[in-house]
Amino acid sequence: MDLVAAAFEKIEKEKEKYKPITVTKLIDLDYYPGNLLAIDTNELDKNQLKSNTEKYLLNLARDNTQLLLNKIWELPAEKQEEAVVVKLPKQNNYVLPREKHIPKPRPLTKWEAFAKEKGLQKKKKVKVTWDDILKKWVPVHGFKKAVSEKDKNWLIEVPQNADPYEDQFEKKATAKKERVAKNEFSRLRNIAASHNIKVPNMGILTSDKLSSTELKTAEGVAKLSTASLGKFQPRLRKEKENVKQKNIPGVQKRKIMVVPAAVEKASNLEILDGILNKKPKLDVDKAVNKQIFVEQQQRAQEKKNEKPKGKGKRKGHAKGGGAGGGAGAKGGGSKGKKSAMIASKIGKVKGKRKHGGSAGGKKVGKRYSGGGKRR
Amino acid sequence: MAPVTVMQRVVKPTTRRGKRILMNKQPKLIENVKQTLFIKGKNTSEIARNCLKDLHQLKKPEAVHLNQKNEILPFEDVTPIERFGKKHDASLFAFASHNKKRPHNIVLGRMFDDQLLDMIELGVEQFKSLSEFKNEKVAAGIKPCLLFAGPQFHEQSILKRVQNLFVDFFQRENVDAVRLQGLEHVLMFTVDDSGEKIYMRSYKILLKKSGQKSPRVELEEIGPSIDFKLRRTKLASDDLFSRSCKQQYCMEPHNTKNINYDKFGTRMGRIHIAKQDINKLQTRKMKGLKKSVAEKKQQREQRKSKSTGIQSVKT
Repeated sequence: MDLVAAAFEKIEKEKEKYKPITVTKLIDLDYYPGNLLAIDTNELDKNQLKSNTEKYLLNLARDNTQLLLNKIWELPAEKQEEAVVVKLPKQNNYVLPREKHIPKPRPLTKWEAFAKEKGLQKKKKVKVTWDDILKKWVPVHGFKKAVSEKDKNWLIEVPQNADPYEDQFEKKATAKKERVAKNEFSRLRNIAASHNIKVPNMGILTSDKLSSTELKTAEGVAKLSTASLGKFQPRLRKEKENVKQKNIPGVQKRKIMVVPAAVEKASNLEILDGILNKKPKLDVDKAVNKQIFVEQQQRAQEKKNEKPKGKGKRKGHAKGGGAGGGAGAKGGGSKGKKSAMIASKIGKVKGKRKHGGSAGGKKVGKRYSGGGKRR
Repeated sequence: MAPVTVMQRVVKPTTRRGKRILMNKQPKLIENVKQTLFIKGKNTSEIARNCLKDLHQLKKPEAVHLNQKNEILPFEDVTPIERFGKKHDASLFAFASHNKKRPHNIVLGRMFDDQLLDMIELGVEQFKSLSEFKNEKVAAGIKPCLLFAGPQFHEQSILKRVQNLFVDFFQRENVDAVRLQGLEHVLMFTVDDSGEKIYMRSYKILLKKSGQKSPRVELEEIGPSIDFKLRRTKLASDDLFSRSCKQQYCMEPHNTKNINYDKFGTRMGRIHIAKQDINKLQTRKMKGLKKSVAEKKQQREQRKSKSTGIQSVKT
C-alpha cells in the first residue's frame, strides 16, 4: 500500500514540475476542430482590456489555444511518415458559404427529352459490319469507314429519273455536309437552351432594341433574300451599297477581280490625263436650270416694273365695272392674284436664300451646292 | 419589320489549356480553395497599405495582390470588384483606401456566384506590422487556429456575420487531417463591449512539455497586430446567405482508376500494352550473325512466292 501511495506521490511531484494544461472557464467554449476554430462567449474584463490590453489578450489567447489544442489532441491520431497526424472530423463543422452554387445536372437535349417521353431505349450498336463488296469488316464510324466508302463508291449509278448531267458525287458530298451542319446546329441549340438563351428556328435572333449596325444588317439580309440574291433589287436614289456585308451571315466578301496589266495601266493613264488636262465640264442639266432661273427672274422683274400701271388699270376697271361687270371683274382679279403669287414666291425664295434662315431656304441652298459637287 | 440580328455563336476554347482553365472555373461539388484579391483604392495611407500587405502575407499562396491603384468605392459601386473577382476566379477581397472622413480604411468582403455576398468596412486604429516584431515567424501557407472572444460575437447579428466572414477569410483550405507539430499559428479576434472595436492578434504557438499527453501551450506574438473599428457593413439577406450555405450531401469523390500509391507515397499508374514480340527484338548487332547474300536472296524469293501463291523449290 505504501508503495502505491509513494508512486502516486511521485507522479504528482513530477506534474508539479510542469505548468498546468487545464483552464477553467465559466461557459465552455464552442469548438469546431474541423476548422481549427474555438469561440469564447465568456464576458471579458473591461478594465483589463482597456488598461492592460496586450497582456490581457495574450493570456486570453493562451488559455483559449490551450483548450482548443486539448480538444484536438483528444482526436484519433495515427503515425504517418514519422509525424503524428490527427484526423479532423467532417461533421458538425462551422458552416461557411460556398464560392459558387452547387452544380446542376446537365439538362436533357431535345432528343433525349423526346426519347424519355416516348420510352425509347438506347440500343447497343455493332461497331463493325461485314461488307460483301469489299470482302472485309468495315467499321461503322471513323476514318476507316471513310476510306472503305471511297473504295466502294468509285462508281455511282445515275438514278433513272435523275438529270444525267448532274454530278452524283457532288450531290452525295453536299448531302453529307448538310447533315453534319444540321447536327452541329442542333447541338448548339441544345447548349443555348441549357443556358436559357432564346434561339429561333432560322439562325436569326429577335430583340426589342436594335443598334444602327444591326438595323443595317437586317436591311442587308432583307435585300439579299431574293432568288437572285438581291441582284435586281431596286435602289433608292441616294442609297449607297451596303458596305458592311461581312455582318450578314452566309455572305462572303467579294474577291477583288484580277485586272490585266494593260487595262490597269490604261485606267491609271486616264485618271492622270483627267488631272493634268483639267477642263470645266459642261453639265447640261445645270446650265438649262440656270438659264430658266435667270429668265424667270427677268420676267419677274419686268412684271414688277409694269405692275403699278397694270394694277391701276385693273383697279380702275374693277371700280368702273361696279356690281354690273361681275364675271369680268372676277376673271381679271384671279389673273392678277396668280401673277402676284408667283412674284411673291420668287421673292420669298430669294430673300431666304440671302439670309439662309429657315429650313426651306436651306433646302434650296443645299440643292445647288449638291449640283456644285457634281461638277 | 421584324427586328433581326445575327445569332450568337457558342464560343469554344481553342486550346486544351484554355479549356482546362474554363472548366476549373465552373461550379463544382468539391470547391477549389477560395482565392483572395488585394486591391488598392485611389488614395491609400501608408498604414492602410502596410495593413493590406500584411494581410496578403497571411494569405499568401491563395492570394493575388493587384499593384495598380483603382478608382473604386466599394460601398457605392461594387461591380468593378466583382469583375476583378470573376477574372481572377477569386471570391474573397480586401480593399484599402484612405480619406479624411474614413482614414486608414480596409474593406473585407466575399462573393457568391461572382456577386457580392458580404462586405464590411474596418478602420485601422492601431497597427503594428509583421516586420515590427523581431522574431521568427511561422511557415508560409500554414493553416491557422482561429479564436474568437467576446460575448458580442454571439449576441449581435451583424457581428455574428462578421465572425463568419473572418473565419471564411482566414481559415484557408479545408483539410482532412493535420500534423500535430504543424499547429503553429493562432489568430485571435476579440470584440469589446461596445461591439465596435475588434482586436486582431496573431501569435506563434510554442508547445512545451506538460508531463501528460497534450502539451502545455505558450504563445509569442508575431504580428500583425491590428485594432479595427467597425464602420459600414453591407451584408447579404438571410435568404441569400442560407442559399449560399447550402451543402451537398454524399460528397464522396469519385475514386480514380488505375492509380495507386505505395508505402513511400510514390504515385503509380497501371497501363495496358500489347504482348511484346520477342522475335522482332533487336539484339546486339554482330557481323557473324548478319545474313549473307545468298540467304537474303532466298528470303526475298520466299516472300515473292508467298504473295503469288506459286511454290518454287530451290535445288
